[in-house]
This record gives sequence, structure tokens and C-alpha cells, in this order.
Amino acid sequence: MSQETGINIGSSIKDTIIAGLLALIVFGPVVGVLLDGYEFIARIDDVVWIVAIVMAGRFAISVFVQTESGKKFVYRQLTKEDGVSVTAPDYKSKMRYIIPIVIVIGLIAPFIASKYVLTVVILGLIYVLLGLGLNIVVGLAGLLDLGFVGFYAIGAYGLALGYEYLGLGFWSMLPLAAIMAGVAGAVLGFPVLRMHGDYLAIVTLGFGEIIRLVLTNWTEFTHGPNGVSAPLPTLFGLEFKRRSSDGTPFHEFFGLSYDSAFKYIFIYLVLFLVVLAVLYVKHRLTRMPIGRAWEALREDEIACRSLGLNHVLVKLSAFTLGASTGGIAGVFFATYQGFVNPSSFTFFESALILAIVVLGGMGSTLGVVIAAFVLTVAPEMLREFADYRVLMFGILMVVMMIWKPRGLVRVTRKGFATRKGVMK
Amino acid sequence: MDIVLQQLVNGLTLGSVYGLIAIGYTMVYGIIGMINFAHGDVYMVSSYLTAIAIALFSFFGLDSFPIIIFGTLIFTIIVTGAYGWVIERVAYRPLRNSSRLSVLISAIGMSLILQNYVQISQGARQQGIPTMLSGAIRFDIGDGFVQITYMKLFILFAAFLGMGVLTYIIQKTKLGRMCRATQQDRKMASILGINTDRVISSVFVIGAAMAALAGVLVTLDYGAFDFYVGFIIGIKAFTAAVLGGIGSLPGAMLGGVILGLSEALFAGLISSDYKDVFSFSLLVIILIFRPSGLLGKPEVEKV
Repeated sequence: MSQETGINIGSSIKDTIIAGLLALIVFGPVVGVLLDGYEFIARIDDVVWIVAIVMAGRFAISVFVQTESGKKFVYRQLTKEDGVSVTAPDYKSKMRYIIPIVIVIGLIAPFIASKYVLTVVILGLIYVLLGLGLNIVVGLAGLLDLGFVGFYAIGAYGLALGYEYLGLGFWSMLPLAAIMAGVAGAVLGFPVLRMHGDYLAIVTLGFGEIIRLVLTNWTEFTHGPNGVSAPLPTLFGLEFKRRSSDGTPFHEFFGLSYDSAFKYIFIYLVLFLVVLAVLYVKHRLTRMPIGRAWEALREDEIACRSLGLNHVLVKLSAFTLGASTGGIAGVFFATYQGFVNPSSFTFFESALILAIVVLGGMGSTLGVVIAAFVLTVAPEMLREFADYRVLMFGILMVVMMIWKPRGLVRVTRKGFATRKGVMK
Repeated sequence: MDIVLQQLVNGLTLGSVYGLIAIGYTMVYGIIGMINFAHGDVYMVSSYLTAIAIALFSFFGLDSFPIIIFGTLIFTIIVTGAYGWVIERVAYRPLRNSSRLSVLISAIGMSLILQNYVQISQGARQQGIPTMLSGAIRFDIGDGFVQITYMKLFILFAAFLGMGVLTYIIQKTKLGRMCRATQQDRKMASILGINTDRVISSVFVIGAAMAALAGVLVTLDYGAFDFYVGFIIGIKAFTAAVLGGIGSLPGAMLGGVILGLSEALFAGLISSDYKDVFSFSLLVIILIFRPSGLLGKPEVEKV
């Protein structure tokens, strides 16, 4: 056996020892010495475990890449093409059966599900909206927006403060919040989008933090960290409270006994329809020239500009549309919670939405919907791992970028052919 | 008047710390063109390491001030440097030829990992260290006075010494020449026999070491920290790097000092609640009107 084909155990052991030493230096002090006041508690066994795991993992990887299948795996990783698959022109997607079934289930579900399940699903749908909004910006247009939570906050606070100061209800704020967030996106984006992509990430991050800090510190207007209460939606003027401030509440009008689940059922139904509408609009947009321009700009900006695309306007449209979707999500969040305060709009929230887009696949609509539910519902199921949630998101982002930068769900695009009888 | 002078002193020490952290951003950006989003969290880890080192030294009975200070500095710089190396190896090197978006997302993931890892292993509560160096020099000016604590003097001294050593390394040593060559043209440098992967790794180690120096100094001065400190100071140091011109080493130091001074004056004279808003707004304004910063070269995109 020559050196090229066999497994060189010696070099694997060397790698393993180096990895173990590094793990000892890196994890040793922080894990092994638990600060307790000015004293500390030693936790040697935790360090031993971590170092052992790192060494075992490094050894396994080191041996694996030297085997035949490992070499093939590495080769595939190095030469992977991350394009899209194009379906045949006459291909009929199974989705045309699945979508109506999903819609029907979605419309029936709230009347069967328990209140707890309903609230979890509402939260999941809000994140679907957020994910779809950010997916336009990051996934389609390739602009990294780290302050997306700012637009979410504009929507949520728009509803709460609009109700408090102007007496505007849910239905008037829903379109207004979308417009407000969109305008904020345009105002922020217009000067920034002319410059380099990486700077956009930092500027939007700064913007998100500015919004949060202003909401926290401007106590006369926003009540600061105490938060503001937000109104519930109404059905043609019927309120979902036990006692209505003006007129008959919903349950009296229909002669039902009061149930606090009614308001969640109603929010769910409105939200479900809005999500469907946003999905439809997004689905159409990606097939329109503007959607194609977004993706083209993501792939090669210089080529697009050389071909005469106005890159600022194209980016700005993506940025504004994404922001207004975030604003709509904010309105639903505020009405669902009945209350908003600045702690809901930290950078972590932006990172969670980004994790949804990354896991779902840049630009893939179906992927984002699935990822939004996985990342919001899974933590509800696995409460005991709540502390490790952020760690998981972080590892997910790094691993996804290395392993499958385009996400788990491959983007497919419909193929087209000339119709019969059309002159070629 | 005395408030202005006092805030100038405070701003200068704050600014020198921003400058130290900004070096990490600017060197990494210069050499591989990415924003190392996890850099602020590397600084945060070094604050914890400072407290851990002090606890260890006092446990073994070494409690004379110079031993603790220098021991802590060496320990923290070495371990934080190892963090810099590991982060680059795990999260950035596999993405060397990927799109810039992928690298940036990976960096954000790394930042979340570091924050949560420290939170899990050390707990979410605020930590602290005992006061190491107290006392101050006092100048009477008119009715008021300006006070410079010995700790602030030590910070200024150590920060400028650190920057001086770094400038020497970059300008005079072989490693510095390799860094500059790689920064100018990575492909050409590797053709000429420079191991560019190793140079990039050493840039990450140097950046982490500078952040560690800043972490030790700030922790000794303030005494309190938690797992979230890296986020805000990271953005501010990035602002300093952009202000000075990203990719430029003297620019990072100059930007740090200017940012520190203007932030301290804003906090002292206008509003301390909005001082973070001021810094972030400054960042947005610089990026809009002068993205190449004070000393940076305008970026030209080549096909």
C-alpha cells in the first residue's frame, strides 16, 4: 500500500493531539474555572469531556477524509455547483394538489386546536411573514440586512402608539404600518445601497439598535421599557373582549358564551390569509422582471450594471418590500401579545430571522415557511434545551454556510417553451 | 470647563481602547475583505479570561500587583489569541472562496456561538473583579477639578505601547512584510512563496491579542462585565475602524481616539442616554458621506 491510498494514522494522531491541546487552551479556562464572586469553582471533568469529544471528532474526521468515500465526499464539496434546477416545460408540480389541502387544513385547524397550540402556530406564522420579508432582501437580492427587527418594531409600535395617540385600530394600522416600515426602509436604504454590500450589514445593524435605543429612552412618547398596550382586531366593529367599550362584543352579538380563544382564532384566520396573500405576491414577483433583476444583481452586480440595470432602484425595491412585510408582521405581533416593549426587538431577533432564511435556503419560499415553523415551534417542544437555543442557531449558521450555502431546499424554477403554433 | 476637560480625559482612554479593538477589524478587513463580526465577542471572552486569571493568581497566593497584571496580560493574550486562530480555522477558512455573504453569515453565527457558549459556561449574571489599582492625580482648575486615575494613565500607557509594538511588527519584521504583501495581492503573494493561509491566521491571532489587551484594560478599570459587552463595543470599534478608513492601521487608532473623544463629549454635554445612538448615527453618516474614512483609500471594484 502506498502512502497516497492508505490511511496515514500517524498524521491523524498528530492532528488529534494538536486539536486536543487547542481545545484545552480554548475551553480549559472558560469552562473549567467557573467564576463565583472573586473566587472560582473548578470543573475539571467538564473540560476533560469537551477535550475528549474534540479529539475524538478530529480523529474521526481525519481518518474519514483519507478513506475512499471520504475523498469522494471532499471532492463533491469542493466541486459542488449551487445552481437551481429547472423543471421541464410540461412538468406539473405536485404542489397544485398539496396547496389546496394545506389551505383547507389551515382554515379548519383553529376550530379544533387547543388555545396553546393556536398561540404557538400564530407565532410561527408571524415568523413566516418575517422570514418571507427578509428572504426578499437577503435571499433574492443578496443584501444582508441585520436590522430587520427595526422594521418589525416600527410595525408593532405603530399599532400600539397609533392606537394610543391617534385612536387608530388594527385595520387602519395594518396598511399604514406596511407603508411606514416601507418608507423607513427606503429612507435608510437609498443612501446606503449605493455602497459596498458589507457596509450595508453594519449600517442596518446600527439602524436596528438606534430604533431599540430610542424606544427604550424616549420614555415620554413610548413609555420606555414599560411598554405600551396594543389593541385587538375587530370584526366589522365587533370587539373580542368580555365587555365592549362601545357597542356589543363579538360573543354577545352571536349569542355565544365568552371564550378567550375567540380572539386567537380570529387573529389566526386574518394572519393565515395575509400569509397566503404575501406568499402569492412573492411567488409572482420572483417570476416578474423585478424578481429576476433581484436575483441577477445578487449573482453579479457589475454585469447587471453594465447591462443597464439601475442597481440602486432594484435594490431599493427589494429593501422596501422586505421592510413593509416586516412592518405587517410587527402589527400582528403587537395585537397577538396585546402589549409591546423594546425587549422584543433585540439583535437576537434579527439573528433568528436570519437563521430562518439561511436554513430555509436563500430565495426558496417553501424552505422559509418550513424553517420558520421548525425554528419557532421546536424551542416550544424542547423547553429543557432552551439555554442552548442561541448556540444551536449559531452552529446552524456556520455549518449551513460551509455545507450548503443555498439552504436545504433546492430552488426550482419552472421551465418554459414556446407554445405550439407560435412562429419561431 | 472642568466637565469638558474631564470628558476629554475619559474620552481619550475610551478612544484608545476602541482603537485597540478596531485594529482587529481593520487588519482582517484589509487582508481578506470581510467584517469579522465575532471580533467584539472575542473581546468579551477576554474580559472573562481576565477575571479568571485574577481569580487563579490570587488562589495560588500570587497577589503582588505587577505579577497579577503581567501574568493576567500574558495569560489572556495567549488564550484569546488561540480563540482567534480557532475561529478563523473553523468558521472562515472553509469559506475562503465563497461569496462574501456566506462568510458574513458564518461570522454572525460565530458571534452567537461565542456569546451563548460563555453564557452557558459562566452563567448569565454580571461578573466582576476586585479593584487592583486605586488613587488619582487631581488638577484644580478654577472652581472645579479634573481627576485622572492611575488606572486611566495605565490604560493610556499600555494601549499606546501595544499600538507601538504592533506598528513595529507590521513595519519592520518579516511577518509584517508578509502581512502587507498579502494585503496588497493575495494571489501574487502566494505565488512568491508566502503561505497566505498562515499569514491570515496570524492576522486573526494579532487582532485577537489586541482585543485581549483592550479587554484586560477595560475590565481592570470598570471591574464589571457580562456576556453581552462585546456587542456594543464591537460596533463602536467597527465605527472607529470605518471612521479612520478601514484597512488602514493608523486610521484605526486615529478613528478610535476621535470616536472616544466625541462620544465622551456628547455624553458629558448633551445626553448620556443617547450616547450609543450618537455613535451609531455617526457610523451611518460616515458610511454615507465618506465611506473610505479619514485615512483610507477609496475602494475600487475590479472585474
